[in-house]
Amino acid sequence: MLFLLPAVAYIVLFFGYPIVENVLMGFEHYTTSTFFTGHAPWAGLANYRALLRSNVFDEAARNTLIFTVGSIAGQFTIGLGLALYFQRNFPLSGFLRSLLLLPWLIPLLAATTIWKWILDADNGVLNRLLADVHLTSSHPGAHPGWLTSPTLALVSVILVNIWIGIPFNATILYGGLRDIPEHLYEAAALDGATGWQAFRYITWPLLRPVVNVVLVLGVVYTLKVIDIILGLTGGGPANATQTIATQSYQLSFVQFDFGQGAAAANVLILISLAFALLYLRASRRGVTA
Amino acid sequence: MNARTHRAGIGHTILGTAILAVLLFPLYWMVDTSLQPHQAGGVKTPWFPVHPSIHGYTQAIHDQGGHLLTSLMVALGCVGFSLLIAAPAAYALAQLRLRGVTVVLLLILISQMIPGIVVANALYRFYTDIGLLNSIPGLILADSALAIPFAILILRAFMLTLPRSIMEAARVDGAGPLRVFVSVVLPVSRNAIITAALFSFLFAWGDFLFALTLTTGDNVRPLTVGLYLYVGTYVNDWSAAMATAVMASIPAIVLLVIAQKYIAAGTTAGAVK
Repeated sequence: MLFLLPAVAYIVLFFGYPIVENVLMGFEHYTTSTFFTGHAPWAGLANYRALLRSNVFDEAARNTLIFTVGSIAGQFTIGLGLALYFQRNFPLSGFLRSLLLLPWLIPLLAATTIWKWILDADNGVLNRLLADVHLTSSHPGAHPGWLTSPTLALVSVILVNIWIGIPFNATILYGGLRDIPEHLYEAAALDGATGWQAFRYITWPLLRPVVNVVLVLGVVYTLKVIDIILGLTGGGPANATQTIATQSYQLSFVQFDFGQGAAAANVLILISLAFALLYLRASRRGVTA
Repeated sequence: MNARTHRAGIGHTILGTAILAVLLFPLYWMVDTSLQPHQAGGVKTPWFPVHPSIHGYTQAIHDQGGHLLTSLMVALGCVGFSLLIAAPAAYALAQLRLRGVTVVLLLILISQMIPGIVVANALYRFYTDIGLLNSIPGLILADSALAIPFAILILRAFMLTLPRSIMEAARVDGAGPLRVFVSVVLPVSRNAIITAALFSFLFAWGDFLFALTLTTGDNVRPLTVGLYLYVGTYVNDWSAAMATAVMASIPAIVLLVIAQKYIAAGTTAGAVK
C-alpha cells in the first residue's frame, strides 16, 4: 500500500487539485492585483456569460471542431494506409517504420518551427516549389500566406498536425494489424477473398476495437493541442486558428483573466470527459478482451 | 522466398523509401537550412548544403546554450522523479492483491486525458503562492505529470508478466516487501524501466506548455521556449533557428538510433493497454 501512496498523492495534487481549482477559478473574478493581494471576489456565472457571449468563443468552438475532425480524418486515413503498407514484410520495412516515428518524437516546438519556415510566404520552400511548377505566380507578394492569411491558416495548422499525428496512428494500427491471425487470411484466400474483400471482411471487422481506441484517443489528444497552434500562428491571424484550448491560454496567461481562462478550460474538460468515457467503453469492449 | 516475391519485396522497399522521403523532407530541410551561412532575406536556400557553415550552430549555442542546459536538467530530473514515483506504484498495481486497483488504473487513464492548460492554470497560481515559479524543481514536478501516468502503465504492463514464484522465493528467504522490490523486481524489470526513462526524458525535454506558463523570465528558460521566442516575431536568421531545432531534436534522433528496441516497446504499450 505504501508503494502506491506517492503516486496517488501526486495524481491528487497534480491532476485532482487542478480540476477542482479550475472549477473554483471559473467562478472568481481575477484582476491584475489578484496575484499580489491573493483576493479574487466571487463572480458567479459572470465568466461563463462573458465567455459564451464573446465572438472569439464562437469562432474558437467552430475552429476546435474543424481542427479536430480535419486532423483526425487525415491522421487516421494516412496512418491506416501506412500501417497496411508496412504490414507486408519487405526488406528494410522495420527500419523505415522506426524512422516514421521521428515527427512524433521530436519536440512539438521543433516541428512547428520547421513548418513555420517551410510555410513562410516569402522565402518558404513550399511557395518556391509551387512557383517552380507554375501553380502560383512567382511574383513576390503574390505568394499564398499559408500562416498569415485568415482563409488558409486553419488548413495549414491542420496539415501540420496531421504530419505530427501520422506516426501515432500508423504505429497503433500496425500493432492491431499484427494481432490478426495469419491463418484467417489464408482461409479467406482459399475461398477467393483477397485484396479489398479480405480487408472488408477480415481486416476491418477485426481491427475495429483498435480503430475505436485510436479515434477516441485521437480526439482527446487533439482537443487539448496548444503547442502546435501557438508555435505556428499564435491563434491568429484575427483568431482564424484560435481553439478553445488556445483561447483559455490567451485569457489566462496573456490577459491574466484567470477566471475566464478557467471557464474556457472547464468547457474543454467537459468535452474531454465525454470522450474519456467513450474511450473507456471502447477499450473495455475491444483491446483488453 | 522465390525470385518473384523477392522482386516484389524490393519494389515495396523502393516505394516505402519514397514515401518516407516525402514524409521526412521537413527534417531534411531543417538540417539543410541549419548548415547554410547566414543569409539576408530573399536569398533562396540551396537544396543541398554544398558550402556548409557552422554559423547557425555557433549562433544557436550562443543564444540558446543556457536554455539547452536548463532543458537537460529538467528532463533528467523528471526521469529520476517519475521513476521514483511510478516504479513502486506499478509494482503495487501489478503484483499486490489490492482492492481499488481498477479505480487507481482508471484515474491514471483519465489523468492522461486532462488538458494541459487545466493543470497549467491551477499550477501557476499554486506555484506563485509557494515560490516554485521560475524554478527547475517546479518544472520537474509539472513535467512529471506528462511522464508518471505513462510510466506507471508501461511498467505495470511488464510487471504483470513476472512470475509470482520469483517474488515468493525471495520472500521465503526472509526478504521484506521493500527488499523484494529493490533486489528482485527492479533488476528483472530493467528493459521496461529503460523504456519508461527514455519516454519520461522525451516528454520533459519536449514540454512547451508548462515551460511557457510556469516561467516568466530568462533565469530559468527551457529550450522549447527559447525556440518559441526565437521565431515568435520576424525571423531574420533561419539557419540559427533551424540549428536550434536540430539541437532540440537530437535526443529523439539519438535515442531512436541507439535505443530503437526500447522506443518501439513504448510506442505500442503506452497507448492501448
